[in-house]
Amino acid sequence: MESSRLTSRKLVFDFERPIVEIEDEIEEFKRLAAQNEVNLDDEIARLTERVTAARQTIYRQLKPVQRVQVARHPSRPSALDYIQNICEGFVELHGDRQGYDDRAIVGGLASFEGRTIVVVANQKGRDTKDNIMRNFGMAHPEGYRKALRLFRHAGKFGLPVLTLIDTPGAYPGIEAEQRGQSAAIALNLFEMSRLPVPIVSVVIGEGSSGGAMGIGVSDRILMLEHSYYAVISPEGCAAILWKDPSKAKMAAEAMGITAEDLLRLGIADEIIPEPLGGAHQDPLAAAHNLKAALGPHLAELSRLGAYELVERRAAKYRAMGRFIEEF
Amino acid sequence: MTLRDWFADRARSRQLVDSDRIRREMPDGLWTKCNHCSAPLYNKDLEANLQVCPKCGYHFRVSAWTRIGQLVDEGTFSQTHASIRSTDPLGFVDTKPYKVRLEESYDRLGDGDGVITGAADIEGTTIQLAVMDFAFMGGSMGSAVGEKITRTIEDAHEAHRPLIIVTASGGARMQEGTLSLMQMAKTSSALAQFAEGGGLYLAILADPTTGGVSASFATLADILISEPAAVIGFAGRRVIEQTIRQKAPPEFQTAEWLLKYGALDMIVPRSSLRPMLGQLLRMHAGQPATVA
Repeated sequence: MESSRLTSRKLVFDFERPIVEIEDEIEEFKRLAAQNEVNLDDEIARLTERVTAARQTIYRQLKPVQRVQVARHPSRPSALDYIQNICEGFVELHGDRQGYDDRAIVGGLASFEGRTIVVVANQKGRDTKDNIMRNFGMAHPEGYRKALRLFRHAGKFGLPVLTLIDTPGAYPGIEAEQRGQSAAIALNLFEMSRLPVPIVSVVIGEGSSGGAMGIGVSDRILMLEHSYYAVISPEGCAAILWKDPSKAKMAAEAMGITAEDLLRLGIADEIIPEPLGGAHQDPLAAAHNLKAALGPHLAELSRLGAYELVERRAAKYRAMGRFIEEF
Repeated sequence: MTLRDWFADRARSRQLVDSDRIRREMPDGLWTKCNHCSAPLYNKDLEANLQVCPKCGYHFRVSAWTRIGQLVDEGTFSQTHASIRSTDPLGFVDTKPYKVRLEESYDRLGDGDGVITGAADIEGTTIQLAVMDFAFMGGSMGSAVGEKITRTIEDAHEAHRPLIIVTASGGARMQEGTLSLMQMAKTSSALAQFAEGGGLYLAILADPTTGGVSASFATLADILISEPAAVIGFAGRRVIEQTIRQKAPPEFQTAEWLLKYGALDMIVPRSSLRPMLGQLLRMHAGQPATVA
């Protein structure tokens, strides 16, 4: 992974350095202008344009591993940010009814464009304290059981489901194993595949492995421009196949994890554009884009009957995969 | 190489030998040393004892074909979907191209691609069977494995036969990227349809069953059976130990540990597997799925 540094509380990636250099220059010009009472507005405007141009160029050519960095940006909008900005009247529902409320997964009822929907999402923390409560977005089995309980609620009342995917993976820990991490995820795949209501999943940041899949079986999969969806984290893949976690860059490229890759492979249905420089540069614009993309999918799916929805979903997953058959 | 690297490497290679449970045949090809009690075992005795150490009961991993031979009524197995093979959708290269890895595995192990599927009788009941092969790229599930498992589920559904799957897999096949992740949903979706039709599904979780396989079709069976000391889990022990920065107890993720926490129905020694499956099948006979 390339390194990154925090300047004035703002995370800057290595690949963004050319932008920061121009931004520093602007600050310097502003300081000079104020100090010497001269008008440097034209200069500043010219430099500001250069910042935009540089950002455009850089973000147009982001490498997969850099996408992963953007997807993990600490200021990237989290699921709750999107829920609050695209829905009205979100009512959070808690707990798996079997002894625990996993805060790494949030869920509840909300109104989307006048229609009640069930939302289930991986929730990362917005700061260190929040991240500890959210376990960095890594759910235990109870999180998947809470999700399942909410999916069943949606099925019972005929409410469409929206899932927002943003997790580095299901939590790898002793207690998670003891309480049945595998079985909890597997049961969600099993039940989501037959849920008689529309399901749309949006990968908003990290879509890593079974932890993402556990709330990701759906009629449509949309991906934010700089999100990724992978069978394992690039670091995990590098550690296993290269025996060297520092080969994450190569793993990210080899696995085909970007939104474009998944669209090409027929796994993602649509890419949602992000504001220039990533969703964190303008969370409201990112939410606006997500809402605009989501609306038509939910409307279209809501016109289908339960039987047709389930049959189409089954056919969609049935066709997933590339193999050869020799006769 | 620094001294520290040398020690790290040595520790790593030791761990691999312990955890991979490779069968250590002695040079003359007649004897195998037990991985657990180190007793020298005459290969013919080991084979006669279903690849279980007669001294300490250690269960060696077995190939898919050996497993089929041990489980089904003699001469009843007919293979299905043998012509399905993996392709290389991403042009994946790690330290070796995926294409080369595949060719090497095909050369060494035949065309199974990680799973052998077919129909067979077990103590007189006809079933659809899928048996995974850990030796083929760690039994990893790519598109071909996912397709063969899915077709076997569908075959059982259509023929109104019980389904038995023997799993042995490290998880999804990373070389096929997200397509292999999608096999989790594909197989689970097929099982959900099979279940709606009342089909009986028995799974034998053999050593090891982890990752995307344990988090999909392996744990969705009506009855979950394992063998003594088999390792079953979602995340690997090393990943967990690195995450929590402490050692997991030795019994962690063993079949015995899972049984204690309610994740399995039973642990059955290899010699009793066939009779147990036969009994379970007979106990469900007359159910919709077993009557055509």
